[in-house]
Amino acid sequence: MHRREGLAKLTGRERYVDDLPLEGALWGMTVRSPAPRGRITAVRFRPEVDWSEIVVVDARDIPGPNEIILIERDQPVLAAGYVRHVHEAVLLVAHPSREVARRAAGAVEVVVAPESPALDFRVPPRPEQIQYGRDNVLKRLKIEKGDVERALAAAPVVVEGVYETGAQEHVYLETQGMIAWLEGDVLVVKGSMQCPYYVLNALKHALGRDEHRARVIQAPTGGGFGGKEEYPSTIALHAALLALKAGRPVKLVYDRPEDMAATTKRHPSRVRHRTGLTKDGRLLAQDIEVVLDGGAYVTLSPVVLSRGIIHAAGPYSCDNVRIQGRAVFTNAVPFGAFRGFGAPQTLFACERHMDVIARTLGLDPVELRRINLIRDGQSTATGQVIRDGTDRVAVLERALTLSGYREKQRANREFNAAHRATRRGIALATFYHGAGFTGGGEVHLSSRLHVAGLPDGRVEVLSANIEMGQGTLTVFTQITADRLGLGPEDVVIGEADTARVPNSGPTVASRTTMVVGRLIERACDDLRHRLGLDDRARGGAVRDAVLRWHREHPGQRLLGEAIYERPPGITWDDERYQGDAYAAFAWAAYVAEVEVDLRTCTTRVIDFVAVQEVGKVINETLARGQVQGGVVQGIGWALMEECRFADGAMINNQLTNYLIPTSDDVPPIRVAFVENPYPHGAQGAKGLGELPIDGPAPAILNAVAAAVGADPRAIPLTPERLMEIADFGLRIADSRAL
Amino acid sequence: MSAQSAISIAFTLNGSPVSLDIDPAERLLDTLRYRLGLTGTKEGCGEGECGACTVYLDGLPVNACLVPTYQVRGSRVETVEALDPGRLEPFLAQGATQCGACTPGVVMTALWIRAHPELLATHTIRELMAGNLCRCTGYDGIVDAVAAGLGPDPGGGR
Repeated sequence: MHRREGLAKLTGRERYVDDLPLEGALWGMTVRSPAPRGRITAVRFRPEVDWSEIVVVDARDIPGPNEIILIERDQPVLAAGYVRHVHEAVLLVAHPSREVARRAAGAVEVVVAPESPALDFRVPPRPEQIQYGRDNVLKRLKIEKGDVERALAAAPVVVEGVYETGAQEHVYLETQGMIAWLEGDVLVVKGSMQCPYYVLNALKHALGRDEHRARVIQAPTGGGFGGKEEYPSTIALHAALLALKAGRPVKLVYDRPEDMAATTKRHPSRVRHRTGLTKDGRLLAQDIEVVLDGGAYVTLSPVVLSRGIIHAAGPYSCDNVRIQGRAVFTNAVPFGAFRGFGAPQTLFACERHMDVIARTLGLDPVELRRINLIRDGQSTATGQVIRDGTDRVAVLERALTLSGYREKQRANREFNAAHRATRRGIALATFYHGAGFTGGGEVHLSSRLHVAGLPDGRVEVLSANIEMGQGTLTVFTQITADRLGLGPEDVVIGEADTARVPNSGPTVASRTTMVVGRLIERACDDLRHRLGLDDRARGGAVRDAVLRWHREHPGQRLLGEAIYERPPGITWDDERYQGDAYAAFAWAAYVAEVEVDLRTCTTRVIDFVAVQEVGKVINETLARGQVQGGVVQGIGWALMEECRFADGAMINNQLTNYLIPTSDDVPPIRVAFVENPYPHGAQGAKGLGELPIDGPAPAILNAVAAAVGADPRAIPLTPERLMEIADFGLRIADSRAL
Repeated sequence: MSAQSAISIAFTLNGSPVSLDIDPAERLLDTLRYRLGLTGTKEGCGEGECGACTVYLDGLPVNACLVPTYQVRGSRVETVEALDPGRLEPFLAQGATQCGACTPGVVMTALWIRAHPELLATHTIRELMAGNLCRCTGYDGIVDAVAAGLGPDPGGGR
């Protein structure tokens, strides 16, 4: 099936939040902190603006607690006298003209008495920089299996390494935006978002409203990648506060520089590995320390850290593992959800470290992985016994075959001998990604979903899960149509409107197809049961029964319902961080081939092969596109995407100097799926959306190491950084004549 | 917009004549989107990097965010709204659109390449599409759709 809303998008008819006509609306703008930390001593309104025309909102206008409620309540909706990061929202203004609103925002001067900010998460804070708890640590987590110290002491070989990753901007092509208006007593907020119920909860809390007086509707969303998981609560609250004060609709849409400066990014990380092995490369002990830069408020950092440490040991079997993680407060913009959610950082370290181990021991990186890859019956770091029937070595073999790995190694040796200024290398990463919320998260969410039988005989899926490009509308249509034997035209996917749809959970964590898709199947079955049909009833039988029901129950709603149920045999101990961290893992082996120009130190990916086992693939075109897009986002993170900060502020907050890959920067991404249906996911599907960004960075850096013999351990590996760590001096001198 | 500085212009938009009073500093992108309601043209970066606002100006693709509206006086402007949806099938089949925010700009450039296949003698599709950033597809779906629309032997390669 083709993408359901595809033609609307191709013809420009799809209406995103900034495309929606809104009678009598004001434009909102945000006044932000100029300093990373300090007390606000004055807010001055310069006289070049006629302030009688401007709606102004500050913290005193917030009806309820000045808190953006999430895991903690430490983040204010608007700074009240004190700021903790540059670009923190202090004041809101609105005017019918966007230009006047922009000028007004620029005419507000926020004066801050500066205090010493904590800006480097890697160094301990000085006493005067402590702003959270005793030591600025937002969250600590630990996983322990076996006896790491004893195993390390006894290990014939110990290899250590430290690996770092930088912040990454989501660069969803549609910036954050929200509109808010009042319908009678009901506040309605509509905009670009992944999690309508997160936004609803934030509105209810800070505005002191119940769900009968607040309603959230998702507008078609132009990309999210996690950037529209928690941040939309902030901009929704801002639009709502302006609309409540003005008594008129307000539109708040960020331009690109504001979006890049003020919204969340991927957590920077530093990961230290100390690994004990036998001389032939069998893992004996993994001691891993993970540190994440959390930024100025807690937001989602504890759960990003959780997913990060759970993935930190890689897809390998090892009897002795200790993983200690902490997320650290700094006076930077809060780092937040981004595709992969901590796992790309720790898997970068793990997979780069595997190649460092291989080189140290004189082993083939492929063999090192082959002997350590987890086999059915063996357990992960949290003690989760893997028994899914996937042959992980076969996934690796498939990637080697498809990429022509061995042949290319030979060809590259010849190429490198024949060329003076360019070097080629090929390398790989093997990895995994857990689908759905971590540990008991899905049970806690207790997602609920409805499939309605409509009076015209069609069925409608009522869920809070949204389309942001990843294919929800299409895949939900397929799952529903297949389950009930209907055509896609008989399936309606309802708008994600909290006044109409139950809370089926957020559109995050690679859970939509696997977890929510399964709820659709069960709600379809429930609908059939309510109609007195058995599970074999399909197509016309279902349609006729729906029509008949409505004739017999005029004006009533016919709903099939499903509530999440934990798959059998899953247990999780959140105190000890032991047990089944995820109901299912997807497995992958990615191969990257690079060409490095020794004169410019630029690295170009010239071939990329992505092989993964994600259960059953429901829509091949969409699944392949998810993998290709994730890989290219990973190539950007690995080689070019660098958030540059000065005094805690992103200073390259525009697409002119924050570079993401173009079509000409990347090769075709060759994708293959190994299918092993997962019994508790829709049609056998497992999660897919995040997996593809875990593998590219380590595979690419391993390939650079193979190509030029350097030992890069930090990303982005920009030409400048490669030039700093690699000494191509002689060869550059040689190549000058070229 | 301050009334005293408004200037009057006339141009052809999607085949029809348009006359407007506009601010001299107004961008073509804003004129199209907020004054004329043609919201198919998207803003992605506002500085000519992403190509989401690609329109044709006298037949050539340009970034509407970089064009002051007064400069299109007497010119022909065409937007995504003028395209024939019947030519878009390969984009659906190849998965060339995901979130859709870059898509109208991508389609404008892609169809322009298709209309000028001689460019593929000297440039690859990937080079010609490099002015349109996409964060979702990884570009394969887009490049394949352009190639598919060109027929069996695109020449420019992937």
